[in-house]
Amino acid sequence: MSEICGGIFTSHVPGIGNAIAKGLQQDPYWKPFFDGFNPVHAWLAEEKPDVAVVFYNDHGLNFFLDKMPTFAIGAAPEYRHEDEGWGIAFKRPFPGDPDLSWHIIEQVVESEFDPVTCQSMLVDHAVAVPFELCWPGENAFPVKLVPIAINTVQHPLPSPKRCHDLGKAVGRAIESWGGSEKVVIFGTGGLSHQLEGERAGHINVDYDKFCLRNLAPDPEALLQHDTLDIVELAGSQGVEILNWIAARGALRGSVHELASNYHVPISNTAAATVLLENSARVHA
Amino acid sequence: MPPFSRLVAEGKRAIPGTLVFDGNAAQSGYAINAMCYSFNDEANRKAFAADEEAYMERFGLSEDQRQAVRDRDVLGMLAAGGNVYYLAKLAGILGLNVQDLGALQTGMSLEDFKANLMSHSVTETHVADDPRRAA
Repeated sequence: MSEICGGIFTSHVPGIGNAIAKGLQQDPYWKPFFDGFNPVHAWLAEEKPDVAVVFYNDHGLNFFLDKMPTFAIGAAPEYRHEDEGWGIAFKRPFPGDPDLSWHIIEQVVESEFDPVTCQSMLVDHAVAVPFELCWPGENAFPVKLVPIAINTVQHPLPSPKRCHDLGKAVGRAIESWGGSEKVVIFGTGGLSHQLEGERAGHINVDYDKFCLRNLAPDPEALLQHDTLDIVELAGSQGVEILNWIAARGALRGSVHELASNYHVPISNTAAATVLLENSARVHA
Repeated sequence: MPPFSRLVAEGKRAIPGTLVFDGNAAQSGYAINAMCYSFNDEANRKAFAADEEAYMERFGLSEDQRQAVRDRDVLGMLAAGGNVYYLAKLAGILGLNVQDLGALQTGMSLEDFKANLMSHSVTETHVADDPRRAA
């Protein structure tokens, strides 16, 4: 039976990837953000998860407006990052776990979700940056990837409750998997930021702190706002918190926070990193 | 960007200074967004830079979209249905980062736009009191 050992929640700003490519981790502008990963590195070194199930949003690398899935689950043997238009392509491939992907697909469809399934897909900075942050360097990634993309680009977006329920269904699916893998859940993106319009540069520290305060003990508090409420509160890209809400739903045991780091600003974004431990469920 | 009054008349929720990229925008903006999506490929970025008009013609941009691109008018591109995730790829060709875009859209200088971001400056770190977890 698979075990979900915890969750890693982090911003995925492309500029972080640029800073990694340029080796700016100790630069005074970047250091307070990168330092937030020290506890994550220590935890990963101890837990050694086998699989990462990543809730994220694609920004126009794999999906375009011609076909825009609300939910898409990867089932590829391998994933790659590619140039997204600004010349950075992280080289390390992401090994897939097709058997677990298909198990999750089967189980969430059984739970009345209807995801698009992808046997070939590129993953963008929303997966690549968190992986580079968690496992820096050149060595092959020590985890297999199951990517789950949520549409946060083209409205209507799925509701926060729907995302949370998807996360719960994915959590149940992983718990019912017959393998012995240890799984870490990722939710990437956020926190408050807005790139476009006259309100570009919008940041809402109060809303971000509300999310950070409630993520571990009371994630359903985040469901009181609908997607347009969140756009208004957190900005049109701050709605990426949907990925966090889904990921939190997959943690169904005793959850408590091991570390969090909130740092404003990184680029145009209120950046955050949170590490949650998910203690084993007691099975009937 | 659609006027506030039109959104209200259509019964849509209006968020000041904020474009909600919905089905209407996705339809009207299809051509400019498709062009920007093509910029994931470096060869296409070079082709655009070599002849912007021919490249816009190839993707069938509307006149509004073409004029906004010619004018480097970000708000105009958004009003013509551009989505910032795709426009960011065009911005890269033009040598603009998201802070440059923010300054252009808000009418601030780049320094003022950055200062506004820094006005929210905060760093808060919590690490659970567990020696096994401490970094």
